[in-house]
Amino acid sequence: MTFRFLSGFGAYWMLLGKVFSRPEKPVIYYRQTMKELVSLGLRSIGIVTIISFFMGAVITLQTAYNTENPIYPTYLIGLGARDSIILEFSSTIVALILAGKVGSNIASEIGTMRVTEQIDALELMGVNSASYIILPKVVATLIFNPFLTLISIITGIVGGWLVGTTAGVITSPEYIYGIQYAFIPYYITYSLIKTLFFAFIITTVSSYQGYIVEGGSLEVGRASTKAVVYSSVFILLVNVILTQLLLS
Amino acid sequence: MIRVENIGKSLGGREVLKDVSAVFEPGKTNLIIGKSGSGKTVFLKCIVGLFEIDSGAIWYGDVLFNELNFHARKEIRKEMGMLFQGSALFDSMTVEENVRFPLDMFTTMNYEEKLERVNFCLKRVNITDSNRLLPSELSGGMKKRVAIARAIALKPRYLFCDEPNSGLDPKTSIVIDELIREITAELNMTTIVNTHDMNSVMENGEKIIFIEEGEKCWEGNKNQILQSDCKLLNEFVFANALAKQLKESAR
Repeated sequence: MTFRFLSGFGAYWMLLGKVFSRPEKPVIYYRQTMKELVSLGLRSIGIVTIISFFMGAVITLQTAYNTENPIYPTYLIGLGARDSIILEFSSTIVALILAGKVGSNIASEIGTMRVTEQIDALELMGVNSASYIILPKVVATLIFNPFLTLISIITGIVGGWLVGTTAGVITSPEYIYGIQYAFIPYYITYSLIKTLFFAFIITTVSSYQGYIVEGGSLEVGRASTKAVVYSSVFILLVNVILTQLLLS
Repeated sequence: MIRVENIGKSLGGREVLKDVSAVFEPGKTNLIIGKSGSGKTVFLKCIVGLFEIDSGAIWYGDVLFNELNFHARKEIRKEMGMLFQGSALFDSMTVEENVRFPLDMFTTMNYEEKLERVNFCLKRVNITDSNRLLPSELSGGMKKRVAIARAIALKPRYLFCDEPNSGLDPKTSIVIDELIREITAELNMTTIVNTHDMNSVMENGEKIIFIEEGEKCWEGNKNQILQSDCKLLNEFVFANALAKQLKESAR
């Protein structure tokens, strides 16, 4: 078990070595990156927006129902929702959701390319298949995921405001005061730094799982599952480390 | 010319190729035959460098291919074309983009020149008005022909075909066989074909190598195959009653 983990870990870093070698023809990689920005980035806006909206709403309601005490000012509901969304939800929870959506997509796409010999075809032509397939995905997610995080923060806060005021747990001026109260801009930076690490984990771990597939469609399915599980575990692990490093 | 000297290869602790040697000449369609699991696909993948060999040597002309690193191999790879068993067309690309891919990657041609070459290659394999189609919209035979067009886009010196007839009806198989034979002669390529299709053997077998359990058991051509006394070869080639009658009549 330990040997398998270590050899897999070594193979992962060796694959990254191939991924980050010099591109054969930068213009082709640029075109691929544009395609991946659409496929992995733009097409994730919908799910991120919907989930963020409802999570923001739930966070606001839960904060309100758990602070029903006269000694707490009501605007703390807005402050609590804001900090929960910025510090944890929009970076970590959205990353876990994207590990499911984007990670499984990447692993199954690359895994299918492997079992249908498309990767062999690239190698035979003299193309660095790892770099050609994986590098544009890494670059695209590193560029786009911070925007997804910002979209998530805004949508989450709007969702909290809309549902909080509609449900009558907080007034609009109190919520707006709360989300501005004691605001620390560094929290946004912290959230975006985490997003970059998580984006890298999702794309590289999922790509690795797809790239090493051997067999047929069953193995591609297994690779997709592994991609989601391993990405999620690594995201949570790195989250702890980054939180300690960036907030202590 | 490709020269293979005493190559050996093990996979998962099993010896798949044992001391195999062969010479493949240009302008000829060289066939590797053998039953499923005999090691012929591994042999082909070793020759093209998709598998690293454990022992022996692979020469492309005067170049010792198996000793080259990834970057040095690239120059030889540009002279290779390969038709994979499942065609291996890129799913996300159209027919035109598939054939244009090696030109995009390795030439400095402008778009019009590339398009002209793509259309020439597609016309050569009898595919017209399909530039905008995706691989999923093509039949099995069309996929193979597009894969051949992609393989010859860079005017290769070496063509490798892994079971080009698998999954095709007998008539389409003959079309693909003829195409491979004609293109080999036209471009004076060294072509190596993996097959267990007996029609291909009798039509294209200018040089045939028979592999059984990772060992080369017999070498000859389509005329010699009828006269061969190799028991394993005869069991493989003349497995059905019709083929046995053919052999008897040849004697």
